[in-house]
Amino acid sequence: METNFFLLAVLVLGVTGAVFAVVLYFVAQKFKVEEDPLIDKIAEVLPGANCGGCGKAGCRAMAEAFVKQGDMEGLSCPAGGPAVAAKVAELLGCAAGDAAPKVAVVRCNGSCANAPAKNRYDGLQSCAFAASLYTGESACSFGCLGLGDCVRSCSFNGITIDPETGLPNINYDICVGCGGCVKSCPRNVLELRNRGVKDRRVYVACRNTEKGGVARKACSAACIGCGKCEKECPFGAIKVENNLAYIDFNLCKSCRKCEQACPTGAIHAVNFPPRPARAPEAAAPAPAAPAAPAPNQEA
Amino acid sequence: MKTFAMGGIHPEENKISTSAAIEQMPLPKQVVVLMNQHLGAPATPVVAKGDKVKVGQLIGKAEAFMCANVHSPVSGTVNKVDVCKDPFGMAKPAIYIDVEGDEWEESIDRRPEIKRECNLEPKQIVDKLKEMGIVGLGGATFPAHIKYSIPEGKKAEYLIINAVECEPYLTSDHRVMLEHAEEICIGISILRKALGVPNAYVGIENNKPDCIAKMRETATKFEGIIVEPLKMKYPQGAEKQLINAITGRKVPSGKLPIDVGCVVSNVGTTFAVYEAVQKNKPLIENILTVTGKHLPSQHNYQVRIGISYADIIKQAMGELPATTGKVISGGPMMGKAMCNLDAPTVKGASSVLVIDEDEATRARETACIRCGKCMQACPMGLEPYLFSSLVRNGRIEEAGEHNILDCIECGCCFFSCPANKPLLDEIRLGKNKMRAILAAKKK
Amino acid sequence: MKLLNISGSPHVHSDESTKKIMWRVNLALVPTLIVAIAYFGLNALLVALISVAACVLFQWLIEKFIMKVPSTICDGSAVVTGLLLALNVPATREMLWLVIIGALVAIGIGKMSFGGLGKNPFNPALVGRVFMLISFPVQMTTWPKPGENLFSMVSVPTTDATTGATPLGILKENGAEALPQVWDMLIGHMGGSLGEVSTIAILIGAIYLLCRRIISWHIPVAFIGTAFVFSWILYGCGSSNVDPLTTILTGGIMLGACFMATDMVTSPMTKGGQLLFGFGCGLLTIIIRTWGSYPEGVSFAILLMNSVTPLINKGFKPKRFAC
Repeated sequence: METNFFLLAVLVLGVTGAVFAVVLYFVAQKFKVEEDPLIDKIAEVLPGANCGGCGKAGCRAMAEAFVKQGDMEGLSCPAGGPAVAAKVAELLGCAAGDAAPKVAVVRCNGSCANAPAKNRYDGLQSCAFAASLYTGESACSFGCLGLGDCVRSCSFNGITIDPETGLPNINYDICVGCGGCVKSCPRNVLELRNRGVKDRRVYVACRNTEKGGVARKACSAACIGCGKCEKECPFGAIKVENNLAYIDFNLCKSCRKCEQACPTGAIHAVNFPPRPARAPEAAAPAPAAPAAPAPNQEA
Repeated sequence: MKTFAMGGIHPEENKISTSAAIEQMPLPKQVVVLMNQHLGAPATPVVAKGDKVKVGQLIGKAEAFMCANVHSPVSGTVNKVDVCKDPFGMAKPAIYIDVEGDEWEESIDRRPEIKRECNLEPKQIVDKLKEMGIVGLGGATFPAHIKYSIPEGKKAEYLIINAVECEPYLTSDHRVMLEHAEEICIGISILRKALGVPNAYVGIENNKPDCIAKMRETATKFEGIIVEPLKMKYPQGAEKQLINAITGRKVPSGKLPIDVGCVVSNVGTTFAVYEAVQKNKPLIENILTVTGKHLPSQHNYQVRIGISYADIIKQAMGELPATTGKVISGGPMMGKAMCNLDAPTVKGASSVLVIDEDEATRARETACIRCGKCMQACPMGLEPYLFSSLVRNGRIEEAGEHNILDCIECGCCFFSCPANKPLLDEIRLGKNKMRAILAAKKK
Repeated sequence: MKLLNISGSPHVHSDESTKKIMWRVNLALVPTLIVAIAYFGLNALLVALISVAACVLFQWLIEKFIMKVPSTICDGSAVVTGLLLALNVPATREMLWLVIIGALVAIGIGKMSFGGLGKNPFNPALVGRVFMLISFPVQMTTWPKPGENLFSMVSVPTTDATTGATPLGILKENGAEALPQVWDMLIGHMGGSLGEVSTIAILIGAIYLLCRRIISWHIPVAFIGTAFVFSWILYGCGSSNVDPLTTILTGGIMLGACFMATDMVTSPMTKGGQLLFGFGCGLLTIIIRTWGSYPEGVSFAILLMNSVTPLINKGFKPKRFAC
């Protein structure tokens, strides 16, 4: 009796297992997906953060795109940078693109001090939602809302909201320029710019396109579109449009003349050595120590 | 007594300004007329700096399809054509007019007598509404001439007049009905004619017995106006819910009331229709309730558009009480909190509601305990708790599959949530993102 | 002037809050607790106090030192768990310390390990109870005689019909003849856990919760109704020796149906789902009672149905407008 039960159990389980094995084998044969082994190899090389910075759904999708296209024309992994690009190029057997490394910069000066709060926001902690409701806590309807959509969007945990200023603080040791935060910002305050030689960057930290007086009323450090920087710039890198200056980072030679000319301190020049004489540094909160010097770029 | 089929809540009524008769708001030194007075594209300014204008003169012309004419609410000189920040701090195109006297266009009939006969053809009535810049005053400010141009192949069977005023606090419609019942009934008759429907149904909630009595009495003198008392429940004034309450029909997801043969008009709009068609008066004024539990006095004002909220507050109470927490344009359920009180009023403005700070601050959010109250309260049969977690996790398309776009943003879910979750905030965010996804797919 | 507040609509809120709901549930449990103290004396009170204190303490400790989040002990949910746990154990001296282990399992594993209130798939008090039942079967099924307890302060006259065992235990072992009378079962004059004994006290609490709209009738009615009908059928077929009335008046069915199965967090949200949930609970309870090795199956039935709640929520959607 006991032995019978034992045997029966072994038999039943054994036969069931065998039947399933056969079924599984044939199903696997029937529905086999043919895949280029190269995709797996490239996917392994990619960072695997699925940040979406390349515009694809994730690293695997990017690997598929690489293999499908056969070269790297128009495809680049911003998170991986040149190191990953070189590896992918090697696997694909083509030339690596030479895109300059990029980082995200905060183009808003609307700190708690510069653009004081005019109301108290009491709703959902989401920039996208607050932006759909109204102008934000400050009177500037172009500036950072400080509710941290970028913080949540960063796949690398590289952004924090500075409690002092209420603005995002980007950790440039971490930032790989994937552009996730840029997409998440409903006010387009974040912009991808060249990392710059020795992490030195000059940019207009403002997005306000209102007339100078109106912009200035909302924020003491707003760009008022006066055009002084445009006149000062020896390389023609600065354009004022809609009362807002913009520095083209491909033309900028980091001479910092515009920073000195700016009457409101809207232009930030970060990670430069202190100037030899006078002229107090115009509100440049060098956020992070310069990272490893990036290779040549700056067109 | 009738009401809508599912969901709904019973917020505290707080109709404390019911007994305040409508007063005329005095004219300030300057008015600012926004070109976005309505749903759709802004009107195009047709006056320039230095031009003299009269009350009722066309100053903003509707050029886009979804647009309405804008008329000068005052007489005086155009100071500038510029931008002005709206109550939410966003810059909008606007015309600044310095007030000089109060000189009206000659074409406007300002006599107090009521004009009863209307001999216009339906097409002429619609043209008149377009010319006079009439928009729906129920909140959405939908251009009236578009609503009353019934699309080819569709037929209106019911005209429903929304006199529900289910929002707490608001009493402007209540006062208009008490003081202008006959004009309203003439306005209804005109709209009935424009649509060619046999009957118009006036839905009034049973918390306004005086309005029901007054409207019933007046309606006996007219043909085809049926006053329908409704059982009190918020959001009865929402279009789909009102149609459901009165006709029993249900507007399917993504369809318009006309698809079930209904046209809904706010009672305030019918008054504006009367004035436009019978008296040639463009929409330059509306009735605005100024109310709040902590205010010394309650008011209902007739206000010209373009007068700033600050001027209205000054007239009503001098200055805001020190304990003010929120100033809301509209009712407490669907109104918008304002941050810029220097902004001018617009056509759809129905109230200035002042809420004390202890009531204005949201309680701290706690964990969802899946009590299902949001679901029971939802008049559209949706699952707000589910949207909340889907939106938080970025699963927008899944929320779309659960019909997040059907939400009418009535606020019942947040109102009834014991965990104080900002459900409607999340749903709105989800809806915005869902619309963006759909728009991207179309491209 | 102060800054104005800005938020999306609506700008008013009902006066409901999680805290209010939880404390009202606690209030609804008070009659049952009073009856338990009346019958089982000081021990019952001590068991309840220790259980509640332990649950609150464990929650506080876990939130403070492990999860590092603001404490939520004031919302009363830990007190509910503590009370329900106490009402599910016998009022014996061993329970004074065993219930602390039960509280640790209930709060630590049943609730906080999933992330705290609102995230637990199973009713925490039942998790604690079942853990105790399996780990300490002897202590958990040793029932004091009502009114004859060592620590008894209130003296209740005992009749010959009440014994130390629960009615269900009697049934399993001795058959239907030795059962207490129906009236005794209603007022609680029988052996059992703290909260199992008085049907009337439980119903008072349940009616209060119904009036406050904290529970709806669907789960209790479906639960008790199914148990009644199913046991009637079994009684009629001769498969069971328990008449349907005794079935629903004894053991944990009343407490389970009114307080445990109706737990908002772990029960379905739609009315249809709740009916199915109650039906499943009733069916499983009778199956376990009739054919299982345990005399009582309410805890297991509810926990099993808890596990399918997400599935029920997926299947039973509210009826959409115009669909």
